[in-house]
Amino acid sequence: MHRALPVAIRKGNNAMHVSTSPKFRENAHDALLDQSLQRALGRLKTGFKDKRSAAIAALPEFEALRDKAVEIKNHTLENLDHYLTAFEANVKANGGHVHWCKDSEEACQTILKICRDKDAKSVLKGKSMISEEIGLNAFLEKQDLQVVETDLGEYIIQLRHEPPSHIIAPAIHVHKEQVADSFRATHKGRDPNRVLDEPRDLLDEAREVMREHFFAADIGITGANFLIAETGTSVIVTNEGNGDLTQTLSRVHIAVASLEKVVPTLEDASTILRVLARSATGQEMSSYTTFSTGPRRAEDLDGPQEYHVVLLDNGRSNMLGTDFQDMLRCIRCAACMNHCPVYGAVGGHAYGWVYPGPMGSVLTPSLIGINQSGHLPNASTFCGKCEEVCPMRIPLPKMMRHWREREFEKHLGASSVRYGLKGWAFMASRPRLYRAATGLAARLLRILGGGRGALRSLPFAGGWTQIRDLPVPEGKTFKQLWEEQQKNKSRQDGGPK
Amino acid sequence: MTSPIPPVRPRVGLFVTCLVDMFRPTVGFSAVKLLEDAGCIVDMPMDQTCCGQPAFNSGDRDSAKKVARPLIAMFAGYDYVVAPSGSCAGMISKHFPELFADEPAILADVKALSAKTHELVSFLTDIMQVKTLNVQFDGTVTYHDSCSGLRELGVKQQPRALLQTVSGLAIREMKEPETCCGFGGTFCVKYPEISGKMVGDKTADIAATGATTLLAGDLGCLMNMAGKLRREGSDIEVRHVAEILAGMTDHAPGIAGRDPEGK
Ligand code: SF4
Repeated sequence: MHRALPVAIRKGNNAMHVSTSPKFRENAHDALLDQSLQRALGRLKTGFKDKRSAAIAALPEFEALRDKAVEIKNHTLENLDHYLTAFEANVKANGGHVHWCKDSEEACQTILKICRDKDAKSVLKGKSMISEEIGLNAFLEKQDLQVVETDLGEYIIQLRHEPPSHIIAPAIHVHKEQVADSFRATHKGRDPNRVLDEPRDLLDEAREVMREHFFAADIGITGANFLIAETGTSVIVTNEGNGDLTQTLSRVHIAVASLEKVVPTLEDASTILRVLARSATGQEMSSYTTFSTGPRRAEDLDGPQEYHVVLLDNGRSNMLGTDFQDMLRCIRCAACMNHCPVYGAVGGHAYGWVYPGPMGSVLTPSLIGINQSGHLPNASTFCGKCEEVCPMRIPLPKMMRHWREREFEKHLGASSVRYGLKGWAFMASRPRLYRAATGLAARLLRILGGGRGALRSLPFAGGWTQIRDLPVPEGKTFKQLWEEQQKNKSRQDGGPK
Repeated sequence: MTSPIPPVRPRVGLFVTCLVDMFRPTVGFSAVKLLEDAGCIVDMPMDQTCCGQPAFNSGDRDSAKKVARPLIAMFAGYDYVVAPSGSCAGMISKHFPELFADEPAILADVKALSAKTHELVSFLTDIMQVKTLNVQFDGTVTYHDSCSGLRELGVKQQPRALLQTVSGLAIREMKEPETCCGFGGTFCVKYPEISGKMVGDKTADIAATGATTLLAGDLGCLMNMAGKLRREGSDIEVRHVAEILAGMTDHAPGIAGRDPEGK
């Protein structure tokens, strides 16, 4: 069994860590009725997708790079202990610290201890999904530490007390008018009549507010897109430069990363970087790619006095050697959710936990248990678009199917579905019975259709007819007609051949 | 994949699919006509039922195997197995080896079956080297790329190439022909609201083309889209692409279409 998040953290005041995944259906219902959300999701239909296609069209070797990236990650996962040990040794050699943590609780406590040791009052944060996963903000705030998100999107949802709804665009569900409202409510002492109409105005104001925080920061916490074993470096990519400031201006830099972020060499990281930004935002590279190797050296002009890496397992090692190992190749580019029609219909919050979209539908059950998140791998048409665009060629639909298998084995799904399938299999493995039953059903539906060609409703078919009419059969089944035809033929040909 | 010299009078076992069998035999007969015209000897093993996909995709491997297993022997004697569906052909050609991976005794047979199984239209163009068809259809059509055919089997240009040879026919592409219609097998009844949003977006895209006929290569998707169009009161006619290619549109009104007056 995978370890679930510690209860203490799940019950934190940040709503995200109480999973609402079991209520996916209700969440989706609400999301579909939420006009403002639907308007925001409408923008997603083009945006990232078009930019990604353009970026890929401009790079003929993209497919080859994908293969290379997959190979690098597969090799690393097969030798994970080796590369993690090497990474640790190199961080230490550079004067940094590595903290191995098995779960959220340990990671949060470790981070808290570093804060306490430094007498810290405030914590700056770069955008990090892993910190969402471990419920870090809620945990630190409970300990009376002030936590400030420095990524604009994260900052916006922090002000709105919401979880992110997308892994690279956390506030994608929010409109600029709503952001202006949050800013007016939070940024006191400013002219209440100031203009906050354009994204530029909002960005400028956020910058000003943020600047004060940057100079006062004790601790800067970031995630990591990569950990480089050969150099002991953590790497982050951002578009706002906030991550840079977070880790260089703070006295102490803590990078939180899960085990699978490690890659062997700098060269490997640059290979994967080439597919990452293109898949994510359609950029060739993100605006800032920052490499952190140890604390400030005597000759450095800036940099933190201390450098810590919190290396977190939190269920990853349990995925090794299972059907779900491939998921550990994920580089969190979000291409899968940008292209997912289900995500596009309901948005990220409906998924009910940290990671939405196809990658979340595979990862979430690994991290919080399939009994909590059974809807997620089920709510897919298996259209395969996610796998098509995933730069790391992760077979997402196949892994969702594996979760359905686990669920079926554990008798977690609806028993009506279970018996339905068994009954259907019974029929479908008895050809004569099957022929008789389908022949009858076809005729019956035909009669019910009464020449209208389709039915508006039908008992036990509510799931279908709630949305659309049910086309009725032509009348006889193909097999009935085929048999008749063959008989006629052989009669004409003068007996069976 | 593409063999320049088509096989001579290959024996083709038609896998008619459970939906075509029960709902739309015209598609099956269109397939037979197209295959025979292309020089194949077509047979349809009577004991076939379904490929097992509904169970496979629901996580019920045992039921999937139970339904799938008989097909291995049933189709062993044919040169090719052809289905008028990318989804069912994909199940047999891409997923059977995975489904039976834990049964080494029959795996070779399973792989042989998988290797010779094809979706109808791509079989006609890629294996039988059919380049043109001598049929007529007066109308503007739009073509939806069903997901499994498109992504598992690479069916994309083949139907368009053949449709272009139909005289009187014009193709008008929708904005997002490759976006899923929201059918997804049991998905459409398990999550009707999400499916409803997806198929609603799809029918809007279809209507915006101004085409009078919607075509696709998979009956599941077609029934979903036809049912939605009908619910919306649209009179766009919905057909399986094989019906047009075989010139058999007079055999039945469009999917979910009313019977002609006086019939
Ligand atoms: S699963 Fe693939 S597409 Fe989705 S976030 Fe991960 S790497 Fe990107």
